[in-house]
Amino acid sequence: MIRITALTLLLATSGLGHGALGDEIWVSNEKDDTISVIDIETLEVVRTLDVGERPRGITFSKDYSVLYVCASDSDTVQVIDPESGRVLHELPSGEDPEQFVLHPDDRHLYIANEDDAITTVVDTETRRVVAQIDVGIEPEGMAVSPDGKIAITTSETTNMAHWIDTESQSLFANTLVDSRPRHAEFIKEGTELWVSSEIGGTITVFDVATQAEITKIDFAVDGVHPDRVQPVGFEMTKGDTHAYVALGPSNHVAVVNADTYEVEDYILVGRRVWHMDFNADRSLVFTTNGVSGDVTVIDVASRKPIKSIKVGRFPWGAAFRPTS
Amino acid sequence: MKKTITGLMLSLWAGFAPAQDVTVAWLEIARDVPPTLSNLDPIPDDLGHAGVMTALADNQTTGRFLGQAWQVEAHRVALGEDPGPAAEAAFAAADFVIVDAPAEALLSIAALDGAAGKLLYNSGAGEPALRDDLCRANLLHTLPSTAMRTDALAQFLVRKRWDDVVMVAGGHPGDQAYAAAMERSLAKFGLRLSARKEWRFDADMRRNAAQEVPLFTQDFGQYDALIVADELHDFGRYILFNTWEARPVIGSEGLQAEAWGPAVEQWGAAQLQSRFEEAHGRRMQPRDYAAWAALRAIGEAVTRTKAADAATVRSYLLGPDFELAGFKGRPLTFRGWNGQLRQPIPLLHPRALVASAPLEGFLHQRTELDTLGIDAPETRCTAFD
Repeated sequence: MIRITALTLLLATSGLGHGALGDEIWVSNEKDDTISVIDIETLEVVRTLDVGERPRGITFSKDYSVLYVCASDSDTVQVIDPESGRVLHELPSGEDPEQFVLHPDDRHLYIANEDDAITTVVDTETRRVVAQIDVGIEPEGMAVSPDGKIAITTSETTNMAHWIDTESQSLFANTLVDSRPRHAEFIKEGTELWVSSEIGGTITVFDVATQAEITKIDFAVDGVHPDRVQPVGFEMTKGDTHAYVALGPSNHVAVVNADTYEVEDYILVGRRVWHMDFNADRSLVFTTNGVSGDVTVIDVASRKPIKSIKVGRFPWGAAFRPTS
Repeated sequence: MKKTITGLMLSLWAGFAPAQDVTVAWLEIARDVPPTLSNLDPIPDDLGHAGVMTALADNQTTGRFLGQAWQVEAHRVALGEDPGPAAEAAFAAADFVIVDAPAEALLSIAALDGAAGKLLYNSGAGEPALRDDLCRANLLHTLPSTAMRTDALAQFLVRKRWDDVVMVAGGHPGDQAYAAAMERSLAKFGLRLSARKEWRFDADMRRNAAQEVPLFTQDFGQYDALIVADELHDFGRYILFNTWEARPVIGSEGLQAEAWGPAVEQWGAAQLQSRFEEAHGRRMQPRDYAAWAALRAIGEAVTRTKAADAATVRSYLLGPDFELAGFKGRPLTFRGWNGQLRQPIPLLHPRALVASAPLEGFLHQRTELDTLGIDAPETRCTAFD
């Protein structure tokens, strides 16, 4: 057994290809300029790829044929072949792309340009910028509605969710949230928008039809000062019944009931938990822990951490990839 | 609240009403700064003001979406001039005045008739007394007090178990005030100051440090760390690596506790640093940060309360709902008993952040941030009651 893993690793690192044991989680390492590929069956890193400078946001195309990576300090989005790990080409992204979201048309990337207070829309086929939209200071969180009609940019210093009409590529609403919004997701078939605020320590829930605030979700971890409970990335379980919310330097992930908006559990993970993704059947969640440089694997059924996996320096984003 | 045509259009477009014009005054009183031995660190002409301009750009961008129009009016007073007329002009122009001034001038400005009903922000004077027995209800402080800075270093000494320390203090009043704050912090955290010497050399230490400093520090004997009180940054830099015993240097040189510095890059700070550098061509300093925080705090209050008068903004800033994302890892708030902005204090050397105070393990019933500086039970400030 040990020999097989070692062989796989050897093949992988020597660039000869990789033994596709199972599905994968791809993790961007912000301070290593690499991506760690975790095999979900063995829960081990099977490949490490070199990418551009300061990789943060990562996402796959809908058919998983290419990976998009925000190489923030290279001022570009790299398009990578997940099989060979080679960079196929680069997309114009505007300066300092931090986070992005792929439109349901599988063609347009909406990119937050952190240093420029701009959201850039790039056509991945023509490889051209189709629009740039002025938003607030330090845009970061990006989301697009399931019907593709609305894109969201959150701005960290302006403290807003900016609502973009994707047809006209212009803003139609700006809604205030608590300090330092970091991440946004449309849930419940696009009827609700959730926005996390890192310094505010809340998630604001919006009714998408009216852009009105429905409620705010608060967090409280035993033995951790409220100032340190800082919601950042979050993802939904199957059927959007629960949200798993990374709480940054509190080193916990919260499990939120999406119907009652109550927090049901707090799970201890690595240090400065940032983003996450699930496996195929959403029975496991993989969180990136920036300061401890590892990934915590949580079993969704028992809500217990089952393993820590060492990755590169400052793991930031995570993206699931099926291999069969 | 004047409605301008552009502002109104913007607010309709963004779905917000009504439009707001907010003017903030910047009042800068020149200081008498004696020359230092080294030429390495010139004091920038726009110290403080550059921070205000960075915050202005931040507020303007946010304001675009809310129908707010932000302006900063600068008033400067040259050395030896009476600050009164400039202060009155600032009060006539704005409800909010950010002041970079020595303590004495600051107090006289805050006591002017025109200052009544205005909200002043101290972004340039660290004297603890301004937050204590000399506090004023119309004066908030975004620059940390010297006591907060020395408490931060004392926590670090405790953490490292460097509990037997010595101090070298310069003769400038600022050095003496720093040394006094440090002695108070050492007592507060149970550390032992086994010796203190006054720096009285007037030779050019750029040539003599290697001869003089070992002798000067020889009779300290054994100790854990040497504290330098040299707020002018005149002689302290020549102490490093020249002490008789090989010991770390902290205080005004070596490991420093400051509101801000180039090595602060965590918690998103790199973004503020790069915005600042791009606009002003230099690194951001503590007084820049304090001025930035003042205008950002006003911006946050105006955005959340939709009001732009001093009374509403003051009560919001001192109330439970205000929090400022200040790139220091946790929300910044104001102390209700003396108007001081609560904030973590980075412990820095020129090339890296060593730690951020409050350090882990220093507990407080309200917030660990209140382990730094003058706490509610010990304050002599009554203007905020």
